[in-house]
Amino acid sequence: MSPYALALLATAAPETAPKADFLTLLYVLMLATFTGLLVIRNVSRLLHTPLMSLTNAISAIAVVGSIVLAGGEDTFTKVLGTVAVIASMTNIVSGFLLTDRMLKMFKKREPAKS
Amino acid sequence: MNLYTNIFADIVAGVSADPHAAVHTVKEIIYLISAMLFVLSLMWMNHPSTARRGVFAGVIAMLAAIGGTLLLPEISSYTWIIVAMVIGSAIGAPLAMVPLTAVPQRTALSHAFGGLAAGLVGASEYYLWITQHHEKITAFGTGALVTEVILGFLTFTGSLMAAGKLMEIIPTRPITYKGQNAINLSLLSVAILAGVGLVCAPYQWVLFPIIIVLALTFGIMLIIPIGGADMPTVIALLNAYAGLSAVAMGFVLDNKLLIAAGALDGSSGLILSIIMCKAMNRSFANVLFGGFGQVRVSAGEAEQRTVKSATAEDAAQIMEAARTVVVIPGYGMAVAQAQHRVRELYDALTKRGVEVKFAVHPVAGRMPGHMNVLLAEAEIPYDKLIEMEAINPELPEADVALVLGANDVVNPAARHDKSSPIFGMPIIDADKAKTVFVVKRSMNPGFAGIENELFYGDNTLMLFGDAKAMLTSIVQALKE
Repeated sequence: MSPYALALLATAAPETAPKADFLTLLYVLMLATFTGLLVIRNVSRLLHTPLMSLTNAISAIAVVGSIVLAGGEDTFTKVLGTVAVIASMTNIVSGFLLTDRMLKMFKKREPAKS
Repeated sequence: MNLYTNIFADIVAGVSADPHAAVHTVKEIIYLISAMLFVLSLMWMNHPSTARRGVFAGVIAMLAAIGGTLLLPEISSYTWIIVAMVIGSAIGAPLAMVPLTAVPQRTALSHAFGGLAAGLVGASEYYLWITQHHEKITAFGTGALVTEVILGFLTFTGSLMAAGKLMEIIPTRPITYKGQNAINLSLLSVAILAGVGLVCAPYQWVLFPIIIVLALTFGIMLIIPIGGADMPTVIALLNAYAGLSAVAMGFVLDNKLLIAAGALDGSSGLILSIIMCKAMNRSFANVLFGGFGQVRVSAGEAEQRTVKSATAEDAAQIMEAARTVVVIPGYGMAVAQAQHRVRELYDALTKRGVEVKFAVHPVAGRMPGHMNVLLAEAEIPYDKLIEMEAINPELPEADVALVLGANDVVNPAARHDKSSPIFGMPIIDADKAKTVFVVKRSMNPGFAGIENELFYGDNTLMLFGDAKAMLTSIVQALKE
């Protein structure tokens, strides 16, 4: 195996990797926060309500953690995980649909007069 | 070239050697792409012309992430996952169809769901750690888990309270009592202390339900003292909390995508909170530490001042003769469901060659950007929706300012009256227009209980009545 592929597998696969590298996670947090701050600052104020419903849907990415629990072996965590999947899925579906519904309403020109 | 084929060969070799590790690699690559798409999704939100592409990118990112997760070998059965997804979609789809006036409460509910998911995942992980995966228990991990659970559950009840207030199930006026901040802070402190205790002694599981109950209680107590007019700030803040709880979950699960997406959500909530704070002239610390619990003192001197009132016909006449009319909408417009009548007025005036613009204050409405969405729904072109900073220099030139359900955001006292609770808050300079019309039901002071001196201005004419009915009469008079 080339060192590149080894490194790839090592960082990606928990089974083969050493204990979670918290510094790496903190790096991700730091970079994502700055990215977020810079990107969101440029969002038009017109769109702050759709922005909020879009980020609702995006932060429902918690669904990936819930799925693993809902599909697991343990009954107790299966139940909690299932409720968590329901909650996240609600946010995903309503968040994206509502955002799109609102964005469709923003028109620059007058709609054609009938 | 050779290098890439080598990597490819290695991955293939890796797949045959250890299929589980390979699936995780594939999942991580999918997560990486998904994180990138989330960033793009928010980038495209910077302008209405690209925003829908942003939603599309977000949907793809989410589907990819879910798909990548479903591949994982840890998942032994799909039954409950599928059932939960169907139920969630069935709840979510109607929630997306609420009237736009109800979007603030939907958003609050959505933060509650996000907080609940984070709290439940945290509780499950803790249970799994102390019963099976003892090796996962580290000080850092437990700390992240406690943070996740506290943030998740306080966001859950806090957002439910906010939603209740917005739906007016719970009284919207601030509920305050003596020592409120002290009680709230001690609730939070005890929860954090219990959390620190759990980090030191992870198997003292008794602490765990205590933390949950304290966080749930704190969430309720935090929102109880907040009034309806402060909801935009609170919703933005809860948005940030929901994002942060997802970040903490990412640390617990060792999941970089969760951290990235949570951080994007958290920073969005943070920026919106800061914008809201600035627009209300509050410091961020003031909002964070429950300073918004303070009851605003209403102006005590009940001096009898006279107001001038006018009829719809008068208003129609003056507006017809105007070159520019600036409409200043507020929450009252949403309550009266008057945005479509506004559109009719816009049409009638535009047809007569009057230029109509809309001045949108950042905190008008019950959530950030609320007015823009309502006016967009009424098919007002978005280039007519002008931000406060841009419209203020134009107001002295405007012939008419029509204040529609807005109150504090046009109160000139904010500029000069140091004793006013809203002193220093940036306002829309409606009073500088040549003629000001204020549509209002009665002379009762607005929600915050502050006298509005705009109503007594020499150039102000009050139009008493329901916003919707008043606009209908004005449009009627214009047509005659």
